Amino acid sequence: MRITIDGEPHDVPPNRTLAAVLIAAGRQSWRTTRTNDRPRGVFCGIGVCFDCLLVVNGVPDVRACQRFPADGDVVRTQHGAELPE
Amino acid sequence: MRVVVVGGGPAGLAAADAAAQAGADVVLVDSEPRLGGQYHRGTEQHADPRVRHLPQSTVWATEGRRLHVRTGPADSPHRTGQVLDADAVVLATGAHDHVVPFPGWDLPGVYTAGAAQTLAKAQGVAVGERVVVSGTGPFLLPVATSLVKITRVVALLEANGLGGWARHPWAAAGKLGELAGYAPLLPRVRTRTAVVAAHGEDRVTAVTVARLNPDWSIREDTRRRIAVDAVCVGHGFTPRLDLAVSIGCHLVNGFVRVDATGATSVPGVYAAGEITGIGGAALAAAEGTVAGAAAARAPHPPLNALRAVRRGRAFAAALAAAHPLPSGRHTWLTPDTTLCRCEEVTVRDLDAALTRGAADGRTLKLTSRAGLGLCQGRVCGREVTALATARLGHPLPDAEAFHRRPFATPLRLGELADTPLLPEEDP
Repeated sequence: MRITIDGEPHDVPPNRTLAAVLIAAGRQSWRTTRTNDRPRGVFCGIGVCFDCLLVVNGVPDVRACQRFPADGDVVRTQHGAELPE
Repeated sequence: MRVVVVGGGPAGLAAADAAAQAGADVVLVDSEPRLGGQYHRGTEQHADPRVRHLPQSTVWATEGRRLHVRTGPADSPHRTGQVLDADAVVLATGAHDHVVPFPGWDLPGVYTAGAAQTLAKAQGVAVGERVVVSGTGPFLLPVATSLVKITRVVALLEANGLGGWARHPWAAAGKLGELAGYAPLLPRVRTRTAVVAAHGEDRVTAVTVARLNPDWSIREDTRRRIAVDAVCVGHGFTPRLDLAVSIGCHLVNGFVRVDATGATSVPGVYAAGEITGIGGAALAAAEGTVAGAAAARAPHPPLNALRAVRRGRAFAAALAAAHPLPSGRHTWLTPDTTLCRCEEVTVRDLDAALTRGAADGRTLKLTSRAGLGLCQGRVCGREVTALATARLGHPLPDAEAFHRRPFATPLRLGELADTPLLPEEDP
């Protein structure tokens, strides 16, 4: 299956979370914090900490470590607190 | 009768199976797509075929034994809502890694040990190319074992000594077989040593490693810097108590209080696994069998499981005694160290709130904002409570404040708006 991450196409094997896709692609962070604009990526990896948020198909605050991508998903970096598109 | 089990790890699976074998109509609600919880990640698990498994389903609120559930892809606005009424509930919500804060722990590249383990075992992905593993407790060994297969582990650090186990030889002996699997790694474990700071601009590039005194204060002349691109930290586990607290279960020493059958203080509500005490998968499964049988009012108690629970609890007590988190860990902090990662609350902010008179958990949250972010205090709650207790010189009167979450998980407003209020009629 194929998804888009920050405008770049990625071929994704099945049963891989978005977080694993991003880390395997060499990314360690894909979100900035609301107050200090600091970079964040995976921390807890099991859906508890909400650090690994990104925007999926226009919907912000999706945990990359919990989300399994669907074919055609458009995924992008989240900047601070975002509203749905 | 209908038994609803919440959580599909070792405890929940065993509870669901035991309740189904006792003839109950069983629903097993689990947030993951596949059963097994954090422990069995990457290995296929099956429940008794009579169990109705609701995957990708999260219980976000409770009203007594009425559970509000949403099912669908994580954090999607298109999940569907349903209401489940139960004659008995078994809570088996497990635990997550506990991490002691240190300067730089909020840099990308710092992971919990569990995150590194999940990415390695279930996803086949290494968190870095030069990895340090640091913390306390036997869970660091399986994590390091998974990591050495796929990347370079430059150091494996245990903050406590191993002398604690010498006082509990029988408890340790029961686990020797398991330990043998990690034998190749044991010589690499450096005890009374820890990562006490992580460094880097936008990602971790190095850590400070230091030797520790028994109270975990730093031996100043022993600090040294190591280049790494990933840090995996774990200081034991924090039970996921939100549903138990919202249903009204009494706690004791930070865990759900249960009797010998797994019954909590609330009639018809049972608990099993790590929320009743941290003891590992074998104990959790035995507790699940006991609680599932009791919840379904099985005519005969499961004697083998009851014996396994007694043995397992002796190990759990030894584990807690051998891997404490002593208060010298607070000396790792600087005023700029982040405590609450979500709201970016620093040690300085917490101290300011204390100076302004906050002396209970609720006031501390509202004045410092620690614990008010999306994780709802799950990551920082215990450490904020411990630091405030140390600074104040007395325990917070409402120590469970950081576990009280009327919404057990964040929900989108649209999802709240289309929440069914009553269960669908059963056919």
